Amino acid sequence: MDAVKELSYALDTFYFLMSGALVMWMAAGFAMLEAGMVRAKNTAEILIKNISLFAIACIMYLLMGYSIMYGESASGYIPSFGFLIGDDHALKDVLAGGDDAPYYSLMADFFFQVVFVATAMSIVSGAVAERMKLWVFLAFAVVMTGIIYPVQGFWKWGGGFLDQLGFQDFAGSGVVHMCGAAAALAGVLLLGARKGKYGADGSVNAIPGCNMPLATLGTFILWLGWFGFNGGSELKLSDVGEANAVAAVFVNTNMAAAGGVIAAMIAARLLFGRTDLTMALNGALAGLVAITAEPLYPSPLMATAIGAVGGIIVVFSIVSLDKIKIDDPVGAISVHGVVGMWGLLAVTFSNPDATLVAQLIGLVTIFVWTFVASLIVWGILKAVIGIRVSEEEEFNGVDVSECGLEAYPEFTGGK
Amino acid sequence: MKLITAIIKPFKLDDVRETLSEIGVQGITATEVKGFGRQKGHTELYRGAEYVVDFLPKVKLEIAVSADMVDQVTEAIAKAAKTGKIGDGKIFVSDLEQAIRIRTGETGSDAL
Repeated sequence: MDAVKELSYALDTFYFLMSGALVMWMAAGFAMLEAGMVRAKNTAEILIKNISLFAIACIMYLLMGYSIMYGESASGYIPSFGFLIGDDHALKDVLAGGDDAPYYSLMADFFFQVVFVATAMSIVSGAVAERMKLWVFLAFAVVMTGIIYPVQGFWKWGGGFLDQLGFQDFAGSGVVHMCGAAAALAGVLLLGARKGKYGADGSVNAIPGCNMPLATLGTFILWLGWFGFNGGSELKLSDVGEANAVAAVFVNTNMAAAGGVIAAMIAARLLFGRTDLTMALNGALAGLVAITAEPLYPSPLMATAIGAVGGIIVVFSIVSLDKIKIDDPVGAISVHGVVGMWGLLAVTFSNPDATLVAQLIGLVTIFVWTFVASLIVWGILKAVIGIRVSEEEEFNGVDVSECGLEAYPEFTGGK
Repeated sequence: MKLITAIIKPFKLDDVRETLSEIGVQGITATEVKGFGRQKGHTELYRGAEYVVDFLPKVKLEIAVSADMVDQVTEAIAKAAKTGKIGDGKIFVSDLEQAIRIRTGETGSDAL
């Protein structure tokens, strides 16, 4: 019997680690998606942002984020403040059995959680692309991944008041995606639109991204990584019930993305008269975000429909945000924020434990906390050092002004 | 000597090159260019916002020939590059004062 317990501990830990590795790979997806959706002159800067925000997220979450989110706390509202991770589980605790016995490694849990923080932060980088100062963005990343994200994460996944209230968010339509989008929205509001996005008469100008193959590759990478994101969030694999649950989560995650693509394509075709590739890509991600709050309970067909509604929402949301002058080059606020809200509400269709009231309280709490806290941090950064590059630097591209190199160098001396 | 400058549709480049080789043209310089004439541009769509592409891609050929070959060359280009649809391009002919082959130092029509 002890051997079986040890084996299942090893299996669940292994599953957790491999899921975390898949989610880590989503950082590559975000990097490629964003690199394809910005102009060539801003590519190197968006790439360095993506790799450095990932590194910052890892370090800040190790230093304080993880213990804020999952530490022992006296109250469901105020998290405890601590540093680093504790010791891993002892063999005798694992073998003791019972409900409280750990069934996977603590380090594996940290690893799985840390890549989620990075995902939330990646969402911000695309929305503020092409005009924000690099180091100001990184300063925000420190606060976001060290404090803002962990606090609302504690309220739900750390056992805080949202969890006690019955708020359901399986893998983070709210805790991860809407949270990232709320921080991004606060940043975009203080940052303003890219130069040239709007005409003097208020007309919306297109600023086409430079590389559609990269944007498509990035979307496929995110789609793949999402199996770890949602599949891993089942947290356990080692018995028949859990294995079936994980398989259901994989199927539903995949179906929702498929539904999102087709719905967004059709919506764009009807709305614009042409089949816009970037909308199909955003549709896939919208489907994935929509199902993330509850990928276990729906039937595969229902998951397809939930994703499809996400795909329709995202097309209208992107066009509407453009019109009210919220300039989001990659559509991150629509994909992760607006559709994240839809995902949280869609939980009530299939999860018998979910209530509309609890979902709304959770939605509003996460959004308001993240938006207001982010607005304060962005606001301080803006007042003290400024968050936007100069007009000339923006015109020349932030690759040269922020990084000193170009992603696609040409005429660099012959030979 | 004359310099023939022809603006043609990019996909007609191979046809034109073959025809000109057949009638004995020794050299062509081709450049990818953008421009507009009566064809004007067209509109494209990105994430719901329309934008105008004013300049369409064309290929510009520069061919230096002796004066007696001008008509033969221009006719050949016109025939090979013609589709009959708008945007087929134009041919310009101008005087050429001097030509020098860098390797040998030959000048005038010997250098063509």
